[in-house]
Amino acid sequence: MATTPPGTSLQASPQDENDPGTAVVSSNIPANPGLAPEHQRVTDLDPKEEKKAERLIATFFALSIVGSVFAAVAYSLFPIIPGDMQSVRNNNLFVGLGITVALLGVGIGAVHWAKSLMHGHELVEERHPTRGDDETRDAAVEIFSQANKESGFTRRSLVRNTLIGALLAAPIPAVALFRDLAPAADPIKKMKNTMWEPGVRLARDPSGLPIKASEVTIGSAFHVIPEGLAELEHHKIEEKAKAAVLLMRLPVDVLNELPERASWSYQGIVAYSKICTHVGCPVALYEQQTHHLLCPCHQSEFDVANHCEVIFGPAARPLPQLPITIDDEGYLVAQSDFTEPVGPSFWEREL
Amino acid sequence: MSQSVQDKAAAPGPGMKFTGWAANYVDERTSASTAVKALGRKIFPDHWSFMLGEVALYSFIVILISGTFLTFFFDPSMTMVEYDGSYLPLKGIEMSVAYHTSLDLSFDIRGGLLMRQVHHWAALLFIASIGLHMLRVFFTGAFRKPRELNWVVGFLLFVLAMAEGFTGYSLPDDLLSGNGLRIIDGMIKAFPVVGVWMSYLFFGDEFPGTVVIPRLYVLHIMLLPAILIATLAIHMVLLVVNKHTQFAGPGRTNDNVVGSPVMPVFAAKAGGFFFLVFGVLMLIGSLFTINPIWNYGPYDPSPVSAGTQPDWYIGFADGALRLVPPGWEFVLFGYTWSWNILAPTLVLIVFIGLVAVYPFIEAWITGDKREHHIADRPRNAPTRTGIGAAGVVFYAVLWAAASSDLIATHFKLTIEGVITSLQVLLIVGPIAAFLIAKRTCLALQRKDREIALHGYESGRIVRLPGGEYVEVHEQLDDYERWRLLDFEEYKPLTVRPNDKGRITAGTRLRAGLSRWFFEDRVMPVTQKELEDASRH
Repeated sequence: MATTPPGTSLQASPQDENDPGTAVVSSNIPANPGLAPEHQRVTDLDPKEEKKAERLIATFFALSIVGSVFAAVAYSLFPIIPGDMQSVRNNNLFVGLGITVALLGVGIGAVHWAKSLMHGHELVEERHPTRGDDETRDAAVEIFSQANKESGFTRRSLVRNTLIGALLAAPIPAVALFRDLAPAADPIKKMKNTMWEPGVRLARDPSGLPIKASEVTIGSAFHVIPEGLAELEHHKIEEKAKAAVLLMRLPVDVLNELPERASWSYQGIVAYSKICTHVGCPVALYEQQTHHLLCPCHQSEFDVANHCEVIFGPAARPLPQLPITIDDEGYLVAQSDFTEPVGPSFWEREL
Repeated sequence: MSQSVQDKAAAPGPGMKFTGWAANYVDERTSASTAVKALGRKIFPDHWSFMLGEVALYSFIVILISGTFLTFFFDPSMTMVEYDGSYLPLKGIEMSVAYHTSLDLSFDIRGGLLMRQVHHWAALLFIASIGLHMLRVFFTGAFRKPRELNWVVGFLLFVLAMAEGFTGYSLPDDLLSGNGLRIIDGMIKAFPVVGVWMSYLFFGDEFPGTVVIPRLYVLHIMLLPAILIATLAIHMVLLVVNKHTQFAGPGRTNDNVVGSPVMPVFAAKAGGFFFLVFGVLMLIGSLFTINPIWNYGPYDPSPVSAGTQPDWYIGFADGALRLVPPGWEFVLFGYTWSWNILAPTLVLIVFIGLVAVYPFIEAWITGDKREHHIADRPRNAPTRTGIGAAGVVFYAVLWAAASSDLIATHFKLTIEGVITSLQVLLIVGPIAAFLIAKRTCLALQRKDREIALHGYESGRIVRLPGGEYVEVHEQLDDYERWRLLDFEEYKPLTVRPNDKGRITAGTRLRAGLSRWFFEDRVMPVTQKELEDASRH
């Protein structure tokens, strides 16, 4: 070692002492009685039983062949007739059962063979410590030392450290390359706008027919989309995912409106975003008697009579309200877009 | 055995001649005999619980086979088309190509529905058996040195399996899977700073966009399976290197393996078992509907049906979201912190993180550096079993919470009452489970000790000359008794100053945990106690 320049040889780490830690290692333990005497199976004792087992196993394998052939035959024997659900069911059932018999035949046969006929004695194999023996470990250490000496990996620290730096920097292009997973536009701006704008009529989902205020009787609820959404060629689902609205009419004396939103409703008709402020499920269950809206995904409850405030569940914010009024022909229209982003919360929501 | 039979066995038949030639051909080109020599008679111990990991492995193979069939017919495109297949109720409805081809697989391809159902059932069995396999490994302490790393590898497999499950669940683009993606979108968006951008890049636009299903498809059929197979290979190699654990029993020691050799018994049993698992999955697939996507309709962000449920393995995450009380959100310097999503996410990460690192925690507390190849009976590690029981209950409460609405409707309870009860149970349940499980283990250990020393009650009543009636106790034979005797106990760590004469906070923590672990314990029976008992 005297000739080895400093920093080129590795230090062999000593073996972990077989430290039992806090285990109580008793010197006074009872002795292991050794393997129990061999258990003889009926097939070991009786040649007739052995023959019987052999025949049974062969029967299972033969059954498997029958199953395979049956599955192939059933494939053509039970064709799918378009529009006939019973034919789908039969095809599924009989092809499936054929394959089942084929597979279970092999499985049961093989396991039964192993259990009844194959040599059933318990065999013993020694374990060795998982760590390599000292000689092997010394050789491994020697190889590392040699490689270290020949490359100067620890000695030439400038080379080594710049290499590590280069490797760490290598994934940077990959991060940049992923930017175009989505278009260039700013998602935050998009999330704050929906299809609703002044004068857009409230239309039925999914037909797209506009709704007259006179059609909305007290106690009724409508699933609403903006007029024109059904005819969109592109981004229809994306727009719907933001613009879906629930329209309800409550008795005016029940409705408890915020003073600044007094003009947002029309004769007790109110429109709220249908997209849950928790994680975005459609809040589709309206309880007419209590005026509560329930989200079927995580059971947030909103009180329509009280500007859709959260009365239960994990949602933190009320459903955004869509200001509505009527146009000259008596159709319900939006006064403007939502005044806040709809759907789940996000980091930049309040900016 | 008669003489003629023996002769027949000795003389190679024509088949053996070919086998010999083929074996020689292969060996001269691959050195295969080395592998056969090393592994051919490798011993595998036998216990029913060792089968759970096998079920996972085999159901994964079934997933690969059935999934490959599905890829030949499924097209993940999100292009909108009008349905013109043979399922009448959806005729003329606008839907994505992905949903259309999923319906075609179900209704127009012979055997397609069968393969879809087998694939889905196999996926459910895959995750279920991984979960049970992990519980087996945990409760028997089979994660101890030298298998800590393989526990972590197995944990990764569990996470990958759930990722595979979720990506696969999303592919048909039906109403349910679309809502699942919507929830994921909402959760991603809640993340501080990067949430919106992560969602935007992932969906390739605003939710749902037109690219997410093709992207999930690539993850589902290429990237994730490739990682999963590589991880599985490591898991298997480490299994061979470490050799399987075995339960205590006569002739079994920490330095040997007792069981059957790979060739022929284990190979026949395991190979046969693959066919059994495949066969049972095929049977279920032919008889029972799973995920009837045609009932849900194509994805539309507006409708949703009541009582929707995620696939069961995602239930615990969904349940965690449901248990958050109202109002957990605040705005700080204009930025929104959605704790109603972040808190359950963090709880889940901490929970599964603890699962991943548990072996290292226990090793640190015991300080035990020896190799362990004898699996513990759960009762012989009462605190660990208690911790496991607490974890199971914690998971189960979250899981039940994912069905809170169904529990409420089926048992005619209020949804608020169900949620509040589950919120309380989430805290109280694990504590109670820990205490009950630990006490039960200690009681069972005392019973074992009693039986080992004084035998079991034989049910035979004898009248003594004095008129006294006693029940005769039978002694166990040596082999049976050994199963009860072969375990070790730990005693709490004593706090001692280190080399510098100081007691560090780490030592105190470790001693505290050690006390919590091992304060209550039942010591194993010693030889002297056995001899004393037999003298009475």
